[in-house]
Amino acid sequence: MDAYLIPAVDGVAYGLLLAIAAAGLTVAFGAGGVLNLAHGTLIAAGGYVAAATSSGTWTGLVLAVLAATVAGAAGGGVLAAATAALRGRGHLDQALLTFGLALAGGDLLTTVYGPDTLRPRLPAVLQATVTVGGHRYPVDRLAVLGIAVVVCAAGYVLLHRTRAGRLVRATVDDRAMVAGIGVNPRLVDASVLVTAGALAGLAGALSTPILGVGPGTADTVLLLSLIVVVCGRLGSVPGAVAAALAVGVVQTLGVTTFPTVAPYLLTGAMAAVLLARRTGLPAQARP
Amino acid sequence: MSTAARGSAAPWFGSQAARWRSWAPASLAVAVLCAVAASADPYLHATAARMLPLAVLAASVAVVTGHAGLPTLAQVAPYAAGAYTTARLALAGVDLALLHLLAAAAAGAALAGLLGVVLVRHRGTVVLMLSLAAAELTATTAAQWRSVSGGTDGLAGIPAPRLLPGLPPLLADRAVLLYAAAVAIAATAAAVILLGGNRQMLLAAVRGNEARAAASGHRVYAYLWAVHTGAGALAGTGGALLIHTHRWITPADVGFTTAALALLAVVIGGATSLPGAAAGAVAVLTVRDVAAADLPGHAPLLLGALFVAAVYLLPGGLTALPHRLHRQRILPTRLRRQRHQDLPAGSGAARPAVRSTP
Repeated sequence: MDAYLIPAVDGVAYGLLLAIAAAGLTVAFGAGGVLNLAHGTLIAAGGYVAAATSSGTWTGLVLAVLAATVAGAAGGGVLAAATAALRGRGHLDQALLTFGLALAGGDLLTTVYGPDTLRPRLPAVLQATVTVGGHRYPVDRLAVLGIAVVVCAAGYVLLHRTRAGRLVRATVDDRAMVAGIGVNPRLVDASVLVTAGALAGLAGALSTPILGVGPGTADTVLLLSLIVVVCGRLGSVPGAVAAALAVGVVQTLGVTTFPTVAPYLLTGAMAAVLLARRTGLPAQARP
Repeated sequence: MSTAARGSAAPWFGSQAARWRSWAPASLAVAVLCAVAASADPYLHATAARMLPLAVLAASVAVVTGHAGLPTLAQVAPYAAGAYTTARLALAGVDLALLHLLAAAAAGAALAGLLGVVLVRHRGTVVLMLSLAAAELTATTAAQWRSVSGGTDGLAGIPAPRLLPGLPPLLADRAVLLYAAAVAIAATAAAVILLGGNRQMLLAAVRGNEARAAASGHRVYAYLWAVHTGAGALAGTGGALLIHTHRWITPADVGFTTAALALLAVVIGGATSLPGAAAGAVAVLTVRDVAAADLPGHAPLLLGALFVAAVYLLPGGLTALPHRLHRQRILPTRLRRQRHQDLPAGSGAARPAVRSTP
């Protein structure tokens, strides 16, 4: 039983982290048409900042998570400024720009933090294991799972119950109408990119205790986020959350159950989703 | 002056001028190649020869990105298929260069045909995303399939090819350079000729207004699939050249970085110009390798900066630069319209076909 249950819980935790990361990506594309290929780099930046700031104390941990979130938001701000200058030049130019920034940013991160995989120093309590219902489970993963649930719930409330969240969803559906009620859609785009960056930094900070952060992190997470975003339909947050959970479970259960085909499972699943959805993706037709 | 008065002379002049401009980078590249081949430095010969596989790959990316209008990173897949086919043939004792090239082109076309079934049904950034996945899968497969690729250690000591049975193997640096240049130029020229005339018009129609092209009875998916498959053959040829010039291969050679370099070369060279893309690849590699001497280990930083600069400073690429400079002056409308066809699909799709006089 442990052989499946533990990876399944790991998968849900990983899926929730992916959901936090991918929600910003999907909204940025749905609202502003920015396919942010630097998203993985923001997540890696959050992870590096958190790993470097953490000191093994509770204060250090809180500071690390905050610093990672702020670093991610700052990265999002840079992206917002960089892509705003390309308005009207199409999705491809924005994708290429963010791709270039991702390459340069990844290089800078490796230069600053070195080529090794880093892990944060956690308070001793978090490094123990607990026994829940007869199963032993690491405390840090349980904590990450708890925080991820809280962040996802807060995100839902923010997106559905506040004016800002409603404006963001409205911009995904109809930019012109948002402009018509007196809100500048570009302001929404910029704030979405900054928020998405902050979420990416947070996701990076939360995932480092489990996965560590290294030179390969950015590429891996970007690819996973893109699969999540494509499978969950571009621009749709609930779709992204559902897809992220599926990806997380497939990723962890697949690796333990079918180790040989695991690298192909996700891309295969994405191809299957796209082939089944013959009409294409909703957000691609907009100019 | 009215447009009609100039109408009779302008199209001929315009298309001819555009054609010469699109071949200008190619002529420059050939001139540089001749100068390099004439020099006495074998290191220079080897360095130049090793740039040519990427130039062919970039030309194939330009076919898919510029002519079919699908921005792609997935051309490394047929490139890898061609390279590993060639490597395996050479290791099995088949050493005829022409056989390698044909087998690699066939393998590349087959894989691109398979990928094309999915890719040509999507547009814009979705293609970019899907092709990103395809590029990652290529590198994963190359690393996993140990019996073919040798795993992450790669394959080394691949025997050199022979041009004809009985001739000595192609080992001398200058001979390899001349052979690789001949293949690269022939393959690119063949692709340019195949994409000329009516086919160019049809593809421009598909890029410009797909719904209208389909409504006129054109089988849009079939055209795009054929172009994608043909570009796969070109990329496969590039893969064969990779083995012939390097004689070793690792999964990193067909990985994401290679895909990104090829796309960058296309962005710099101008999406619809195959010679421009090939010249762009040589330029990118030159900048990277020359500057890599000063900044060891920082190739991604440099490439990223190049990418950003290319997006901001060169919309439409190098081949569109004369056009953009000319646009400041008063030009006949017909001539302008001709030149708009040189621009990539993304920048020209929504432009009205007819505009008022300046």
